Amino acid sequence: MITRPISDDDIHAYVDGQLDPARRAAVETWLAENPEAAARAAFYARTNEALHQRFDHVLSEPVPAAMRTPRRRMFAELPRRAAVAASWLLVGLAGGWFAHMALGEPTVVERVVAVAPPMPAQAAVAHAAYASEVRHPVEVGADEEAHLVRWLTNRMGKPVKAPKLEAMGYRLMGGRLLPGSETGVACQFMYESANGTRVTLFIRTPNPGQSETAFRFATERNGISVFYWIDRNLAYALSANLPKDELKRLAREVYEQLNA
Amino acid sequence: MTSGPRDHPIVEQIPHLRRYARALIGDRTMAEDLVQDCLERAWSRLHLWREGSNLRTWLFTIMHNLHANAARSASRRPSTVPLDEPGAAAPTRAAQEDGLEVASIDAALAMLPDEQRQVILLVGLEGMSYQEAAAVLDVPIGTVMSRLHRGRERLRQILTGSGGTALRRVK
Repeated sequence: MITRPISDDDIHAYVDGQLDPARRAAVETWLAENPEAAARAAFYARTNEALHQRFDHVLSEPVPAAMRTPRRRMFAELPRRAAVAASWLLVGLAGGWFAHMALGEPTVVERVVAVAPPMPAQAAVAHAAYASEVRHPVEVGADEEAHLVRWLTNRMGKPVKAPKLEAMGYRLMGGRLLPGSETGVACQFMYESANGTRVTLFIRTPNPGQSETAFRFATERNGISVFYWIDRNLAYALSANLPKDELKRLAREVYEQLNA
Repeated sequence: MTSGPRDHPIVEQIPHLRRYARALIGDRTMAEDLVQDCLERAWSRLHLWREGSNLRTWLFTIMHNLHANAARSASRRPSTVPLDEPGAAAPTRAAQEDGLEVASIDAALAMLPDEQRQVILLVGLEGMSYQEAAAVLDVPIGTVMSRLHRGRERLRQILTGSGGTALRRVK
C-alpha cells in the first residue's frame, strides 16, 4: 500500500491529536525511525503541556460578576431586546414597503431591505440599546464635546453637530459611533432631561437613492417614537419614549438648529 | 430566549476566553479588559449567534477581532521595545533536558509575532481543531499550519538554541 509521505503538518497534527487512527499509526511508525522529527514532536508536545501548566490556573479563577453580567440593565431587558431583534425582519419589511410607497423606486426598496434596516428601526434599536445603559450610555461625554464633534465629523466624513437642547429641558450627555450602512458609519448623540428621560439623535448617511424628505414619524414595536428626516446628505432620527407631540417639538428644534 | 444570562452557555466559555487572553497578551489587566469588551459585545450581539452553531468559535472570533483592532491602533504610535528584536529581554536558557521550562514559556511566547502566538495558543492551549482556529482567525487552514510550524520552531529555537530559521516546513 502506498501511503502519503509524512509531512510537518502530520507531525503537528499527531502532537495535537488531530489525526485519524490509521494516519496516527503511520506517523508513529515513521517517527520511530526518524529521531530528529521525533525530538521535534516531543518538544511540540512539551510546549502544549507547558502552556497548560502555566495558564490553566486561570480557569479556576472566580469569574468577576461584571463578566457574567456585563451590563446589568441589558440583561433585565434581554427578552425585550430579543423581541426587538426578532422584529427587525418585520420592521424591515414594513419599512421597505413604506420606502416603496414613499419613493416609488423598487430598486431602492430592495437595497433598503437587503443592506441595512430602515432608518427609524435602526435608530430605535440604537436608542433601546444605549438609552437604557447606566454605566456607559455614551462613548465620549459632553465634557469633551468639541472632541466628540470633531471625531464624529471625521468618522462620518460629513460635518455633524450636536444641537443644544438645554432650553427645551434636555442636556447633552455625549455621543457614540455606531455601525451605519454599507456606505458609512452612524453616530448617536444622547440627551437627558431633569427627570431622566433620554432622547437620542441618530445620524447616518442615507441609503443610495434617498433624497431630502420632510419630517416623518414612526412608532417602533418597542414603543419608541421616532421622528426622522433627510437633510443635506445626512439622515437624522430623533428617538425617545415620549408622546408624539412632545417629540415633534424637540425634532423641530433640532431641525432648525441644524439648518441655522 | 429560554435561559437567563447566568446559565447561558456563554458563561461556560468565560474561563477559556480569560485563559487565552492572559496567554496571548501577558499583561493581566489588559487581558481582562479584552475579555470584558469581548463579552459585552457578545451579550449585545447574541441575536447574531445562530443557535446550534459553534459558540466557542463565535466568541473567540469576536475577541480576535477586538484584539486585532486594538493592535492596529496601537501600531500607529511607536511602541516601546519591540519584543521581536535584539535587545529585548531574552529568556534564560532552561536547565531541563528538553530545554523547556514552564517559567520561560511566557518570555518565549512574547517573542513571537502575534499571528504565530495566536495559533499556538488556540491549538495547543485551547485545544481547537485546525479548522476552528482557521475560522477564528479568518485565514485558510494552510495559513494556520504554516503559522503553527513557524511559531513552534521559533519557540524551539528560543528555548533550546536549536532548530533555526533556516528550517523550512516540509510539505
